[in-house]
Amino acid sequence: MSEVKNLVEVQHLQQYFPAGGHGAKKRYVQAVDDVSFAIRKGETLGLVGESGCGKTTTGRTLLRLYEPTDGRVIYDGKIIFDSGKHPLQNSDGTPILGADGQPQMGKKVAVDMLPYRRKMQIVFQDPYASLDPRMTIGDIVGEAIDIHHLAENQKERQDKIIALLATVGLNSEHANRYPHEFSGGQRQRVGIARALAVDPEFIVCDEPVSALDVSIQAQVVNMFEDLQREMGLTYLFIAHDLSVVKHISNRIGVMYLGKLVELADSFELIGHSVHPYTRSLISAIPVADPKTARNSQRIVLQGDVPSPLNPPSGCRLRTRCPYADERCAAEVPAFKEVGPGHWAACHHLDRVK
Amino acid sequence: MSEKLLEIQDERLSFFTQAGEVKALNNVSFSMEQGDVLGIVGESGSGKSVTAYSIMGLTAYPGKLIGGTIHFNGHEIEKMTEKEFRKMRGNEVSIIFQDPMTSLNPVYTIGNQIVEVIRLHTNKTKKEAYARAKELLELVGMNEPEKRLKQYPHELSGGMRQRVMIAIALACEPKLLIADEPTTALDVTIQAQILELMQELRAKLGMSIIMITHDLGVVASMCEKIAVMYAGHIVEYGTTDEIFYQPGHEYTKGLINSIPKLNAQGKERLIPIEGTPVDLLNPPAGCPFAPRCTNCMKVCLREMPPRTDLSDTHYSLCWLHQKQQAEQGGKAE
Repeated sequence: MSEVKNLVEVQHLQQYFPAGGHGAKKRYVQAVDDVSFAIRKGETLGLVGESGCGKTTTGRTLLRLYEPTDGRVIYDGKIIFDSGKHPLQNSDGTPILGADGQPQMGKKVAVDMLPYRRKMQIVFQDPYASLDPRMTIGDIVGEAIDIHHLAENQKERQDKIIALLATVGLNSEHANRYPHEFSGGQRQRVGIARALAVDPEFIVCDEPVSALDVSIQAQVVNMFEDLQREMGLTYLFIAHDLSVVKHISNRIGVMYLGKLVELADSFELIGHSVHPYTRSLISAIPVADPKTARNSQRIVLQGDVPSPLNPPSGCRLRTRCPYADERCAAEVPAFKEVGPGHWAACHHLDRVK
Repeated sequence: MSEKLLEIQDERLSFFTQAGEVKALNNVSFSMEQGDVLGIVGESGSGKSVTAYSIMGLTAYPGKLIGGTIHFNGHEIEKMTEKEFRKMRGNEVSIIFQDPMTSLNPVYTIGNQIVEVIRLHTNKTKKEAYARAKELLELVGMNEPEKRLKQYPHELSGGMRQRVMIAIALACEPKLLIADEPTTALDVTIQAQILELMQELRAKLGMSIIMITHDLGVVASMCEKIAVMYAGHIVEYGTTDEIFYQPGHEYTKGLINSIPKLNAQGKERLIPIEGTPVDLLNPPAGCPFAPRCTNCMKVCLREMPPRTDLSDTHYSLCWLHQKQQAEQGGKAE
């Protein structure tokens, strides 16, 4: 059986944002810390978590819209960013050994992203803020075509724009209109058309349906699925709504305060989650079925998410976790495989019921 | 029989804007008894917030009540003056807004803002009001209330701020609490905390709640009755079980079908409601949902469907019911 190829891979990805202070007192928002995962070609990886958990930052950092502060990003087998601080890895996670038998360190790499921007695209969360109000829809979609010189002449450019709008269910007369003339769902379609303009292989979908009404949300989710089937796209689908993510994703990763805490096949994750945070997240979702809702027992986590400026030592969930003990405060739990393709980071997996 | 706390009859309300008349509410009628929890669901612009605001007289210019009656706790809302409203708000009915970030004043401490409400509505002294404020913060489950009273809104998280909003709303023990999307801006785990708190408080204080939301999951767990709104009409009204298990209106069915189910076994395709929401400036002549309805008939485009009672507690506005009844009647004869 041939292995399915990884299209995108991140290893030990870290993103710290400076937050004031000087010298030794310099402080950082630890938005993403030591996150590793791989996305296979043609699949959808969902990323869920509460606001401020770093899921959006992860998406933007792996596109290098923010320069990572540490870690390695690999796209289609080529390293596009490497901080040079971590040993190179085989695809199974074991370090590659050099001639002297020592793990081989990666070289510092930061490639020019322009050619990769044609392959990696993003759809932003807020369709009201991510479209320039002074550009027509045609120009918004056409901008990428101009930058990458994808059209020989004006007519070809125009044809391309109209074809793209048709792909997302808009028609040619929409090209001359401005963003304010559209509803939220239509604007999100424009955002998708813009991402598709360069014929990408990989799209980061950053909460693309969160700002939409439920009835419109389903239209856009279906469109993402259709486009994936027709064009063989790979998605990183970021959202806080676990029901939507479960619907569209093959695998789901759960983040909490900058860390990936659990990663598994989507059915496995919903049905047999092992991490206490994932469990409480699943139980907290209001179910749109009165009988189930009345009988279900919520696991309500106490308190609020701590500040990423000064996260708890050891396991970051420990301040809210019912299972926490001294070990959780002292040691960062390793992200290890607990079942086939099922990863989790917790010291007390045997005790979690 | 218990007295009706709230009775709305054929309420019509419009906003007179420069672009023309926006009919925000069209013949809205429903009633509530003391202790009821009613959910109002619908998409943005369907009139769910306006319905609730009109009970408190918060639909100021260019909004105008152009017909119908609202009876609340012995008041005739449609005839009340601003001065009378001021007495009623806070004391008998209060509201929690959607966004706790913007509904608290950033330049006053939490304590200040709660005390202000208490002193406006009662003749407690400053000291008594502070003691009451502390009590309220304890009631909504905030730790270290003493310390919180001296803090400013920016020092609190979203969930904490929403707790403060609830504390302010409950300051004078209102009979009716209107919650306008109280958890939309919050994360699911915090949302679960707030919903649990609201249920506890309702059991403790026995108030009625109107829960406005677009999230069917929230109403399923919280409410006993649900009103589904579309384009300023209550298109369907019934108990929670009736709405979820025997939905009558095509829009309600569409809404329920379009949400992804977390416990679904296979990969099913979502069934969206096609088309876009109505433009309230130019509403269609007949049923407002007709342009998006899959079972649209000719009559739907011409005339607004009448109310069809499906049970004592359940009604819906749809021509399909009329057609069904006519067919059944025909067979019986």
